[in-house]
Amino acid sequence: MNNSEKKRMNGEAEEENEEDVEDEGRDAWERTYTDERSWEALEEDESGLLQPIDNKAIYHSQYRRRLQSLSAASAASRIQKGLIRFLCVVVDLSKAAGEMDFKPSRMAVIAKHVEAFIREFFDQNPLSQIGLMIIKDGVAQSLTELGGSPEAHIKALMVKLGCSGDSSLQNALELVHDTLHKIPSYGHREVLILYSALSTCDPGDIMETIQKCKKAKLRCSVIGLSAEMFVCKHLCQETGGSYMVALDEGHFKELLLEHAPPPPALAEFAIANLIKMGFPQRAAEGSIAICSCHREAKVGEGYICPRCKARVCELPTECRFCGLTLVSSPHLARSYHHLFPIEPFTEVSARQLELSRVASKTCFGCRESLLTPGTNKAGPCAACTKCKQYFCLDCDIYIHESLHNCPGCESRRITPAAASVTMS
Amino acid sequence: MATLPSKPIADDVSLLVVLIDTNPFFWSTSSSSLNFHQFVSHVLVFLDLIVRLSQLNQIVVIATGHNTCDYIYDSSLDTDQVTGEGELPALYSFVLQRLEEFVNKDEKLGAKQDGLSEKRVSSLLSGSLSMALCYIQRVFRSGPLHPQPRILCLQGSPDGSEQYVSIMNAIFSAQRSMVPIDCCYVGSHNSAFLQQASYITGGVYVKPQHLEGLYQYLATVFAVDLHSRSFLQLPRPAGVDFRASCFCHKTTIDMGYVCSVCLSIFCKHHDKCSTCGSVFGKAQLDAASDRKRKASES
Repeated sequence: MNNSEKKRMNGEAEEENEEDVEDEGRDAWERTYTDERSWEALEEDESGLLQPIDNKAIYHSQYRRRLQSLSAASAASRIQKGLIRFLCVVVDLSKAAGEMDFKPSRMAVIAKHVEAFIREFFDQNPLSQIGLMIIKDGVAQSLTELGGSPEAHIKALMVKLGCSGDSSLQNALELVHDTLHKIPSYGHREVLILYSALSTCDPGDIMETIQKCKKAKLRCSVIGLSAEMFVCKHLCQETGGSYMVALDEGHFKELLLEHAPPPPALAEFAIANLIKMGFPQRAAEGSIAICSCHREAKVGEGYICPRCKARVCELPTECRFCGLTLVSSPHLARSYHHLFPIEPFTEVSARQLELSRVASKTCFGCRESLLTPGTNKAGPCAACTKCKQYFCLDCDIYIHESLHNCPGCESRRITPAAASVTMS
Repeated sequence: MATLPSKPIADDVSLLVVLIDTNPFFWSTSSSSLNFHQFVSHVLVFLDLIVRLSQLNQIVVIATGHNTCDYIYDSSLDTDQVTGEGELPALYSFVLQRLEEFVNKDEKLGAKQDGLSEKRVSSLLSGSLSMALCYIQRVFRSGPLHPQPRILCLQGSPDGSEQYVSIMNAIFSAQRSMVPIDCCYVGSHNSAFLQQASYITGGVYVKPQHLEGLYQYLATVFAVDLHSRSFLQLPRPAGVDFRASCFCHKTTIDMGYVCSVCLSIFCKHHDKCSTCGSVFGKAQLDAASDRKRKASES
């Protein structure tokens, strides 16, 4: 105590020193728990079952921050969204991918989340294509060609999962460049590299390769699993992609899924073009035909290419005989919400809600009460800027992440006169 | 969110969200044998049936009007029910009263508009679908066990093409949450939007041929819970038309051109996209500078 008294008299650095003196007796791991004892926040209900901790407020504020950053980015300049994307996913399977800091190993975690990412990607971008590549033993190999069927990619990924050797970023970029060079000019070229190693063994000058990729308008993004590397950061800055390093498995999954919705694309990256597409009809029930994908006779349940009348099993696909892209109108409709996004709702503080003249304080979407349970005071909620209806926080998240329709705006009929007033 | 996913209570417990079409423009001009009063009586008996099938079944009724949509009835709320008037059970009188209030409100909102140019006047189906889906999400969050939700659309009004994008958004969201959208269409021509909705979400679409027996169709096809549907032969769609309609003439086409920027569909080759203004075949920057040059010259 004498020591700390002396230090107190010495000035402002006292508080820190006092804590250090107290903590000297504790180990480093104990020090992390001095301020936050998360186990003390647990509660039990009457039957002795643990009640989940209410993370709602934290979750909602994280979600709002994400939404603000997205809308700010897109409002900044005249940016369109690249809807027809050709994405190459490069998985680093060098020795560093066998590290076990992600349980059970980095490789297993990557494989699991890439599968979920591929499904989410095709769900949000039905007209796009993915190609898978791996880096192993200093060489880059292509696992699957650019294609639109999720099952083929997932099957190929699950088979080849061994890691060894060094990682070579330049070889990967060269391979990706050659692959993406052949695609039509209206597509957006993107690369997503999942990099675990801390070094790269290149046969030549990687800076030249980076310039080549920049000229070819490839947008390269990297998700690192170990630490930040200058060469990855430089690559992403030059090509306009994003570079993030994952802190743990949950964070990695979040970062990966952020690449599923179409990124804002600069208008000069892709040339607008009219793509000829076919909208096939469903084959009649009971009709027998040889399908072009499996080469065997099938009954009913398929689609007929309008140009060459070949039978295909599923959509979207490219007809094998005449090369026509075949889609159905729901596939195009899946991407319309990217073109007509709804604006973020404004946050309404409890005070504002109490002052408002709304009769029943319930969420317009789900009719849940907006008052904090057990009390008569209003809790936080959100309001739509156009229709001025109030929504609870969970409906706000659901509407913006999944539904893409504001129930309040959809439940109003806007006459043409009123519509022109609001548009101007 | 770090909450456990909630499980269905039992195989046969369902949450049925019924969307009733109250569009006065449809009901006053429909030449079929069913008028609105008879329609509501068929539906009320059907709702009573669902409630009696299992004590844990829940019903929510949402009305789709011409100018607005609103919740009419929620069986899980302990509302001060209007006591049964004479022979009518409390459920019937409550729903009838609320429906009447809703129709009056809908009419008042519409009185402010000047004439309507469209001949086929649609109802606000996208609004009630969105509200139904928000309610279902609330049920998923409500606790560790929940009934199996499904949506039943009782629609008669024709499709409104201005609602295409919103209805498709709602359909895809329902598909993701695995909520089937069933439809019993009482109008004159088939509704392409609702046929697609039932096909994509795995629901049932029925256009009854004899509307006087509407209750029979409802009770045999739509009263059954989701698990038991696998044991029944339910009506299958004759053919769902997935062809697109072109943006310039609104005709259905089976081969067309799609703008790579905004995905609008055209039947013929154009030089410029009428929706997003992109010039085809030229890099956007060149096109923009051409436009600027022309503007400065003129």
